[in-house]
Amino acid sequence: MSNEIEISLYVLVLAVPLGLELVRKVSPLLHTPLMSLTNAISAISVVGAILVSGNGGSPQLSKILGVIAVMFATINIVAGFLITDRMLKMFKKKETGGK
Amino acid sequence: MNDSFWQAAYIIAALCVVLSIKWLSSPVTARRGVFAGEFGMLLAVVGTLLRHEIVSYEWIFGAFVAGAAVGAPLAYLMPMTSVPQLTALSHAFGALAAALVGSAEFYKDAAAGDPTTGFKMVAIVIESLLGYLTTTASVMAFGKLQEIVPTRPMTYKGQNFVNLLLFAIAGVLGVWMIAAPAPAWVFPAFIALSLLFGVLLILPIGGGDMPTVIALLNSYAGAACAAMGFALENRLLIIAGAVNASSGFILSVIMCKAMNRSFANVLFGAFGQAQATTAAQANTKPVRSASAEDAASILESARRVIVVPGYGMAVAQAQHKLRELTDLLNKRGVQVDFAIHPVAGRMPGHMNVLLAEADIPYDKLHEMEDINPDFAEADVALVIGANDVVNPCARHDKTSPIYGMPILDVDKAHTVMVIKRSMNPGFAGIDNELYYLDKTLMLFGDAKGFTGEIIKALSANK
Repeated sequence: MSNEIEISLYVLVLAVPLGLELVRKVSPLLHTPLMSLTNAISAISVVGAILVSGNGGSPQLSKILGVIAVMFATINIVAGFLITDRMLKMFKKKETGGK
Repeated sequence: MNDSFWQAAYIIAALCVVLSIKWLSSPVTARRGVFAGEFGMLLAVVGTLLRHEIVSYEWIFGAFVAGAAVGAPLAYLMPMTSVPQLTALSHAFGALAAALVGSAEFYKDAAAGDPTTGFKMVAIVIESLLGYLTTTASVMAFGKLQEIVPTRPMTYKGQNFVNLLLFAIAGVLGVWMIAAPAPAWVFPAFIALSLLFGVLLILPIGGGDMPTVIALLNSYAGAACAAMGFALENRLLIIAGAVNASSGFILSVIMCKAMNRSFANVLFGAFGQAQATTAAQANTKPVRSASAEDAASILESARRVIVVPGYGMAVAQAQHKLRELTDLLNKRGVQVDFAIHPVAGRMPGHMNVLLAEADIPYDKLHEMEDINPDFAEADVALVIGANDVVNPCARHDKTSPIYGMPILDVDKAHTVMVIKRSMNPGFAGIDNELYYLDKTLMLFGDAKGFTGEIIKALSANK
């Protein structure tokens, strides 16, 4: 097993329990925004899409697939963050809400 | 550009991802969490664009513009009742992006005369399977939520066998590609099987189980992203994907527990079939009904009212009327709280969003475990559009399909009022013995209309 893979596996075994711990602390009140936010964050796969489509060494087919992937990931990012913020704006405490 | 720039950008982006979820833990800091997420994303994208191997930008920027042009209206125009649909659609886009990157990477290596095998192929196989499967499954889930596809479970004989067989074939193809460079047809065949598998996975799942399924698909999309991280040796993707995968996983476990079902049961056992018989014999029992005026005077003289909203309330768009009613009662010194069952609505936490939209302060929204002991002290439990989650059968009737499901203890309240269109059994088709209790008053009517009438009656007897 190469060094690179080993480091990646370490990252994974640390990231999963961290993720579980973080999510467990999120109030059920916010589970829907949590889902849309993590969904937007997972569209960080746009990074991979940019790498494969912008790379001069990629064949035409890979570039095309990559550009389509950039577009879909962008939809996911934009829609995900915007709807999360739109929802969170609505959560008000009594003082600021209509009394 | 120097490598250390993008490396630093990725590390900060990873930190932003973690902080983003951390800040989401409370409504007070939640919006900061979104900002952290956006900032992390920006860093990741800019950092990537500045990497020296990126040489062409036109198409990438074109794709950004196109994606934003589709994504922004989606986020702003969707009504809050449709957030589950939007989320399903969003999962489909995200998963498809992840899957396409895997395919692009595969063909890139193939063109370079260095076909992918071994560990990298393991990552690409997992990424493609989960990515393509989640794409079609999410589109199907969207269809069921939007009611384009029939919401009832679609089953046929030998369904599980067919699914397992397809899965096994996909597995064999996957192992083949990992072990050695396979013929050109193998990868497309693997993709086709993954796409098909996604469709078949959702067919037998009923509309009532959608909250679990959406959470599960969320998890798969994250796992696909993490797998991509392994294929591209990019740790930022691994961290973000792993956090998302664990989030979706926890949410689906919570949903399963809230329905007292196992994963296997949600995925393979078609719910909603066995109950048709129990519902048929029930309608003869007597119920007590009341008018809006009666309801108004009972509510007025109460000290404490607990409202139990269900998805039916949201469908009828009654949440704003409900807010008005709450305000009126508050003015008269009645304490009004809301009891939220974990599966109220169509995705985890959906009901909270719907009530928040109607300006109901979030400190009035209570989780099931917190509010259940309070029902005994409540003068009135007002059930609007909820059914199975308040059915006492779940506690004692071992033959009931919802036996063992945790419920809101509305039957412990002094008086129970249920706003309901008619005596038709609800979504799962299970008769609700709550309606036949002596302390229960049925308020027959449309949730929005009837709430409006109660408000009118309340305003009248000032």
